[in-house]
Amino acid sequence: MEELHDLYQELVLDHSKNPRNFKKILDCNHSAEGFNPLCGDQVTVYLKLEKDLIQDISFLGSGCAISKASASLMTTALKNKTTKDAFNFFDKFVQMVTGKNSESSHLENLGKLQVFKGVKEFPVRVKCASLPWHTLVAAIQEKKGKISTE
Amino acid sequence: MKTPPYNLQEEKMVLDPEKIKKDFPILNRKIHGKPLVYLDNAATTQKPLAVIEAIHHYYLNENSNIHRGVHTLSEQATLAYEGAREKIRAFIGAKETSEIIFVRGATEGINLIAQTYGRKFIGSGDEIVISTLEHHSNIVPWQILCEQVGAKLRVIPINDKGELLIEDLKKIINAKTKLMGITHVSNALGTIVPLKEIIKIAHEQNIPVVVDGAQAIPHLKVNVQELDADFYLFSGHKVYGPTGIGVVYGKKNFLEIMPPYQGGGDMISSVTFEKTEYNILPFKFEAGTPHIAGAIGLGVALDYLKTLDLEKVALYENELLSYALEKSSEMADLQIIGQSVDRAGVISFNLAQLHAHDVGTVLDRHGIAIRAGHHCAMPLMKRLGLEATCRVSFAVYNTKEDVDSLFKALQKTLEVLG
Repeated sequence: MEELHDLYQELVLDHSKNPRNFKKILDCNHSAEGFNPLCGDQVTVYLKLEKDLIQDISFLGSGCAISKASASLMTTALKNKTTKDAFNFFDKFVQMVTGKNSESSHLENLGKLQVFKGVKEFPVRVKCASLPWHTLVAAIQEKKGKISTE
Repeated sequence: MKTPPYNLQEEKMVLDPEKIKKDFPILNRKIHGKPLVYLDNAATTQKPLAVIEAIHHYYLNENSNIHRGVHTLSEQATLAYEGAREKIRAFIGAKETSEIIFVRGATEGINLIAQTYGRKFIGSGDEIVISTLEHHSNIVPWQILCEQVGAKLRVIPINDKGELLIEDLKKIINAKTKLMGITHVSNALGTIVPLKEIIKIAHEQNIPVVVDGAQAIPHLKVNVQELDADFYLFSGHKVYGPTGIGVVYGKKNFLEIMPPYQGGGDMISSVTFEKTEYNILPFKFEAGTPHIAGAIGLGVALDYLKTLDLEKVALYENELLSYALEKSSEMADLQIIGQSVDRAGVISFNLAQLHAHDVGTVLDRHGIAIRAGHHCAMPLMKRLGLEATCRVSFAVYNTKEDVDSLFKALQKTLEVLG
């Protein structure tokens, strides 16, 4: 049962129940909607970009604890970071949850986001954790249309 | 060579769940170190050893193509395949074997009817009636047909308990209604639909009725003639048979006037480049080499159910369902979704404010398999104002101990996620 506690740590449960930045940024200049058709998770990421700087970031959506907490922690991690930082975090986060590279030294600058390390033991839940991040990338790049995990 | 193990002896016995469990080898498995408690039977049931052995025997001893070879193997394979058709006819109380068509599953069955009967007899401005309870497989094929011919889809509403509103149905059907597609048992809520009454109402207006029986066949004794269903279809894998095989029953007078579904071998009686004569029923609808082993396996699965006595099975499953419902009512944080009095096989619920996928993940680590999600019934979820539910669904091999394990694990879930 240890993996379960690794997956659902206090921090994850807290962010899933009280998601931070859970609103629409009214004067956002980038946004994208992400959807996981397998389980119905849905997330919209809003960004206020000043050139390469993420001045503000928020999200709205519905889904499981993992997807909600992942979106919430993502927004807290990226405020006042650059889009370059965001892409760097994205790569490391995806490597971490898919188990491709979860060495602590490699993940150091992810900070609190390392709480999702346990996801790699639950292959069917990887998409829940990564959906907000894929949606973020789409929002930065402003791809038209819905982003899907499939 | 030993006799093919295709015909199980019908010896009615006391229903002994522990003994039945032993007939299903997969139930010995451990999942994350815990004994498997399989409660996702509405998705697919496990297979008894008799079915696995029959398929094994077929490929080891009789594999060949049917309806064409003059050799012994082909004759034996044809006999076994057609023998399975007769078992299915008897099981659902159809008049003739020519009314039993083998398909891949319930989904293909509905598509077959939509693209043959539908394309020929439903036109611009006509209406097709379905219900809010439907699985996507009884929605999308009709939407495709509507787009193709310019017809309109109408939907019978439900109440908050998950029961169909029959009075609304009477208002919805009219002179333009050309077909009704309706489930027998809701896969998401377990509601048993009052089919006989609905079919009678439809028939008073000369509306043919297509019944999705995928969730009913494993739990209820079905007699298509008594129901007076015009079409009734189901999947083999939900009734202890293999995947990739299913059945369309159609009344002969309908099947005869319908064009073929797919063209190819076996569905013809003669072919020239100028004109093709189609084969007689049911072969007109079975183009190409069918899933022979699947049909044989399904026949054995139905034999197996008969050895347990269908009425006893239904009674036993009801007992399990009542036991689980009783346990649910004792758990304050558990909200049952769908309160239909008539229900079969299924309980849908949500636990506290937890998302179904999180509950499903925790239960899995306790060896318990349930379904979490929208159950391929997104319009129904929307009607109920829900994103997802947890669904437990029973089969004849489940026991009260399984139910106890479930509720123990649900308590643990509250501790982990609470």
